[in-house]
Amino acid sequence: MEELANLAGGFAVAMSWQNLGFMLIGITLGVLIGVLPGLGGANGIAILLPLTFSMNPTSAIIMLSCIYWGALFGGAITSILFNIPGEPWSVATTFDGFPMAQQGRAAQALTAAFTSSFVGAVFAVALITFLAPLLAKFALKFGPAEFFAVQLLTFCSFIGMSKEPAAKTLASMMLGFALAAVGMDAVTGQLRMTYDVPELLRGFDFLIAVIGLFGIGEILLTMEEGLAFKGKSAKISPKVVWQTWGEIFKYWKTFLRSTAIGCWMGITPGGATPASFMSYGMARRLSKKPQGFGKGDIEGVIAPETAAHAAGTSALLPMLTLGIPGSPTAAVLLGGLLIWGLQPGPMLFVEQKDFVWGLIASMYLGNIVGLIVVLTTVPWWAAILRIPFSVIAPVIIVICAIGAYTVNSSMFDVVMMLVFGLVGYGFKKLKYPLAPMVLALVLGDMAEASFRQAMLLSQGSLSIFWANPLVGSIFALAIVLLIWPLWGFAKNLARAREARPVGEAN
Amino acid sequence: MSPDPDAAAEHVRVRWPELLTAAFLLAIALLVIVDSLRVGIGWADDGPRSGYFPFYVGLLLAGSSAWVLLSQIWRWRSDKTVFAERGQLRLVVAVLLPMSVYVAVIFVTGIYIASALLIAYFMLRYGKYGAKLTLPVALGVPLFFFLVFERWFLVPLPKGPIERLLGF
Repeated sequence: MEELANLAGGFAVAMSWQNLGFMLIGITLGVLIGVLPGLGGANGIAILLPLTFSMNPTSAIIMLSCIYWGALFGGAITSILFNIPGEPWSVATTFDGFPMAQQGRAAQALTAAFTSSFVGAVFAVALITFLAPLLAKFALKFGPAEFFAVQLLTFCSFIGMSKEPAAKTLASMMLGFALAAVGMDAVTGQLRMTYDVPELLRGFDFLIAVIGLFGIGEILLTMEEGLAFKGKSAKISPKVVWQTWGEIFKYWKTFLRSTAIGCWMGITPGGATPASFMSYGMARRLSKKPQGFGKGDIEGVIAPETAAHAAGTSALLPMLTLGIPGSPTAAVLLGGLLIWGLQPGPMLFVEQKDFVWGLIASMYLGNIVGLIVVLTTVPWWAAILRIPFSVIAPVIIVICAIGAYTVNSSMFDVVMMLVFGLVGYGFKKLKYPLAPMVLALVLGDMAEASFRQAMLLSQGSLSIFWANPLVGSIFALAIVLLIWPLWGFAKNLARAREARPVGEAN
Repeated sequence: MSPDPDAAAEHVRVRWPELLTAAFLLAIALLVIVDSLRVGIGWADDGPRSGYFPFYVGLLLAGSSAWVLLSQIWRWRSDKTVFAERGQLRLVVAVLLPMSVYVAVIFVTGIYIASALLIAYFMLRYGKYGAKLTLPVALGVPLFFFLVFERWFLVPLPKGPIERLLGF
């Protein structure tokens, strides 16, 4: 029960008035970010990251992770009241949340959504509490070959599990790796791919990419819809909260199932968005009254919200223990850790105990604070959404520009943000996934370093990747995940061939 | 075949954007490969050279984008997928242009004045607000950011001649 003692120590760190204050600020900013179009967890944290450089790392990461929880909570508000998913993972919440609001049950839908988010998150944090130290201890045995194999696993599962065409996922990922390689090579000190442009010496900063891809790109996409926010208003009274809690308690199976889906998808880099869809689909399939789904069934709110929040939270598990983020937002948090001089990975649990356990304790506290904040302040957030887009849009553009500038105090970055914004818009329209690109951009240097170290150990022979059972099984798993879609493809092909005679008869 | 549906269509089809994006990625891949070859993709005395890893990244990028490119050419005639409606694209350009001008103006006037201009432009042009509401918002938001960044967090943002005149 060493974990519990460590956790208690963590609570002592997180419980200070100062840190509780940062939590409150973080949650509030996070909900705001989640509510506003064009600002999300990933780019919101990217924009605020430079402001935390002067803070002590524990307080800073507590505030930033609370922004993340806040954004997860906030996405539900816009989905339910306005039928506009503030975040991609809350798309599935609109299916039943908005019909509920139309029927005048907005308060119930919101209470259910927030509670589900909370439950999903707390389960995922509990998972982190007990699994993270074990995983970290296990990962201490890892050498460069094992680390590269785990990174390979991450990227292969992106290609294998992605809804988008595999070629586009690969292209997006490799673009991220290529951009990460620009600038000085950390090992030999040689300049790569700068083509004598002095601005490229520093390379491409992933924070700029995140702000452009998700912020500016999202504004352009939102503009396309010619948005006019027409929403329902809502006020949550304590009575409704109690009633709804009594009602949703019946769905404990949905909670458990959605949490399991969410945790799994969060740890493997499936992410919160597919987790929410998968969980919604499962809930509908297993429901006794599936025809009610899409028309305002409270279970249709519970399932995706629980899964999304569980996935969003458990994405931090591989980030902390292996240094491999499970989502773009976790990637930005990882970037923050690197900037503060904390190398995520197994050593973090040995060298920075206070930091790690403070963060984990703050996850419990942050979600409790978050639940209270969102339940009590919903009407205000709904009011913010009534501010017309013609005011919100330029303000968000200004915020993005300031965020991009403050990363390195460089105007070149602001221009690059615009370019990344265009890329983000184009990629979204053409179904190139953005998450693999961001992850590759963050992990590029690390993956290259571990690959080169592994090659040094083996004198250039790839056989090091199956030299021992540990690396061999990770490597094999990566290959399996990579060729997974081929299996489905082959099955479809076989089925098409069987079906052809029938087709000709028609 | 029916006459070219693009001529009068309200839609922009996906095939040109798709083709251009793939070609753009292919071009980047070539840049990566060429430069990796320049710095060396082989083995030096002290280990792999700088181009060792990026070279394969470039190859994979070239391969995947070429795949997208060729498959787009392959179904060129049959592909009727819509990229966006013309009206939608007009709206996108209506944001993209002021955004680009905004970034250009930051170089000249600094971020505060440029931001005020951007907000005022959006509110007057798209929100159809009067000057009474536009002015306080357009001036208030940059002022707020000024206080937060320069005063509270002590993070300097780009400033222009007017701020210098005021002594910042």
